[in-house]
Amino acid sequence: MADIPQKTGHVRPLSPHLTIWRWQVTMLASIMHRATGMALSAGAIVLAWWLVSISNGPEGYDSFMVYAAMPLGLVVLFGFTWSFAFHFFNGIRHLAWDLGYGFDKHFATRTGFLVLALSFLIAIGVFAFVWTGHAGYLR
Amino acid sequence: MKSAETPLHKVQGLGAAHSGTGHFWRERVTSVALIPLSLWFGFVMLGLVDTNEVVMVQFLAHPWNALLMAAFAVTSLYHMSLGLQVVIDDYVHTAGMKIFLLFAVRCVVIATIATCVFALIRIASV
Repeated sequence: MADIPQKTGHVRPLSPHLTIWRWQVTMLASIMHRATGMALSAGAIVLAWWLVSISNGPEGYDSFMVYAAMPLGLVVLFGFTWSFAFHFFNGIRHLAWDLGYGFDKHFATRTGFLVLALSFLIAIGVFAFVWTGHAGYLR
Repeated sequence: MKSAETPLHKVQGLGAAHSGTGHFWRERVTSVALIPLSLWFGFVMLGLVDTNEVVMVQFLAHPWNALLMAAFAVTSLYHMSLGLQVVIDDYVHTAGMKIFLLFAVRCVVIATIATCVFALIRIASV
């Protein structure tokens, strides 16, 4: 965060004062919404990579899967899955706010926890679904 | 205090950035469109994972699936462009760097959209 030098020579901090406030789920969700949005930007590039690899035939797809099946690849894919779920649910929370619903302090805290819980549930659920062999139903 | 705003500027409602609520509104419209598209995308990814290239080509070559995947990719990338612009507007305070990053984001977004659409056309025409 940029500090703005004043005419008097003092440097005064700008908001948000992340090191001063007590952490709360509402601010955590807000920060995570931006962070997951940025992570999903990288995910969009991977989506393009995936589509190109499929268009390059079986060898092309294998070259993608080499990276996707690596332990690091799986960690990244889990990150994208969780980010996708979180941004999806918290995005709906934001849309509700835009319509004027859910601004009550305690309700906003509850929906914050709800969105966090749902995002982890979905991400872990997706990986459990795949690892127990239930995925690939479009074959 | 008397406003320095001209009457014309006031009724146009476009404010200092000359775009009014345009950016905000586009972000909301793309996010609403992305709710059903994301559900479809999640359903498809779970259905295609653990299969192989042949199954994926067969699925993505179908016109409806190709169209929906293109719609998902284009809408996501447009939403991404709008979102990253806000991040840059918030954190980058020097004009030169801001213009460079906004330009770079748009270049990457347009290139990625073109890449996705081209790959889908290529898959469909095998």
